Amino acid sequence: MTKKMQSLVCRECGKEYPTLDIHVCELCFGPLEVKYDYAAIKQAISREKILAGPKSLWRYVDLLPVEGTNFIGKHAGFTPLVHAKNLGSFLGLDNLYIKNDCVNHPTLSFKDRVVAIALTRARELGFETVACASTGNLANSVSAHAASAGMKCYVFIPGDLEAAKVLGNLIYRPNVIEIEGNYDDVNRLCSEIAGERHWAFVNINIRPYYAEGSKTLAFETAEQLGWRAPDQVVVPMASGSLLTKIWKGLKEFEKVGILDSVSTKINGAQAEGCSPIATAFRNGRDFFKPVKPDTIAKSLAIGNPADGYYALKTAAESHGAMDAVTDDEIVESIKLLAQTEGIFAETAGGVTIGVLRKLVKQGLIKKDEVTVAYITGNGLKTQEAVVDSVGRPTRIQPSLKHFTQTFGIEESP
Amino acid sequence: MAKLRFHIRYPEERIPDPILYQIGKEYEVITSIRRADVRETTGWLDVEFTGDADEVDRAIEALRQKGCIVDPIELNVVE
Repeated sequence: MTKKMQSLVCRECGKEYPTLDIHVCELCFGPLEVKYDYAAIKQAISREKILAGPKSLWRYVDLLPVEGTNFIGKHAGFTPLVHAKNLGSFLGLDNLYIKNDCVNHPTLSFKDRVVAIALTRARELGFETVACASTGNLANSVSAHAASAGMKCYVFIPGDLEAAKVLGNLIYRPNVIEIEGNYDDVNRLCSEIAGERHWAFVNINIRPYYAEGSKTLAFETAEQLGWRAPDQVVVPMASGSLLTKIWKGLKEFEKVGILDSVSTKINGAQAEGCSPIATAFRNGRDFFKPVKPDTIAKSLAIGNPADGYYALKTAAESHGAMDAVTDDEIVESIKLLAQTEGIFAETAGGVTIGVLRKLVKQGLIKKDEVTVAYITGNGLKTQEAVVDSVGRPTRIQPSLKHFTQTFGIEESP
Repeated sequence: MAKLRFHIRYPEERIPDPILYQIGKEYEVITSIRRADVRETTGWLDVEFTGDADEVDRAIEALRQKGCIVDPIELNVVE
């Protein structure tokens, strides 16, 4: 296999480091990311090679930060890109697509992408124990992948999580540690533990590799659209990393000759109850002010997002926009997506569709533009968000007469 | 000796104050600023604290008492 990873490079000062389990520049404390040898990759990669690859995110291995082929999470990725004709018609869009990571394998969220990459790289680096700090999707995915790979696993969660989310981890039998305290306390403790223990904390010391997994959403989108970049994308933002990596993925495809040109507008979506990045964008600022989250979109509730600054930069560079929606709009949008396209998204999906609606209304997304909305998690995980707004079943007596009367249907002659 | 890295944010009204200087005087910690952005309405610093771990904890607590928000250098890692 080509030696494609050259180094880890600081996003701020450009200092380079070996491709090990480090994530912060020793000099300026800026975040590190993977630097690739694109000239070598261009020689190795082709559309034909991708098409002949596995039906998973590993078909793009030439642009992923792993060295071998002993993959963990072999079935992650390659989720459907749905031409959303009904929702498109409702919104007045002719070319709307839904990238549906509700059905990602194995834990029904886009986190299966980043975790597959993180754990594969962690094992390559010699780690036997993996860990994460999470409120839901990430913990589920780390727990499931660690179980299948036979790795030891520690999942740190705040002490006030809903029972269903805790269960979603316990079933895979990792070590689940509930921390007495708020999210800030969990943050602090996990950063300290990551510094103390020789563990692969997927979103701390393995973050440069972990984050690269999000690029596969861009790669798949381009392939599934027939080797073209969309005109517009709408991406939910928590840390902001996903949005930056979708842009990076599209630009990489252009760089290595898989795509002819990329002029995609990258749009970001947040919930009003936790919108530090979208608020900064709307106020024309290049920096964000951290907030205390208060929203039903808990998977996006990151008040001090690590990649917020880079997300703002990406939106500006790609001429995209950002906006936010209220909790009521989130619920309405979850229902709209379900009732038009048969896709039951979690609250983050409601945020994406809600902001998509706003951007269309503002005239920022045009009728004929090829637009992709990223739905990153499954609605079955956040049922409490919609349980009071979907009505009840119609209850009838067990007789044909009652049935026909209730629904105003003529009895068959 | 512990070496710990933090992202410190100043509230707008405290931006003119030499808070980090004061902390260095009041506690047995060495502070090394690696990156910073201080403007009229916002200010943050990425700083390394070197010192006895308990003393660093006390210095961080004092920063909080002065109205600063102190996070790990990674910012929010709970996803």
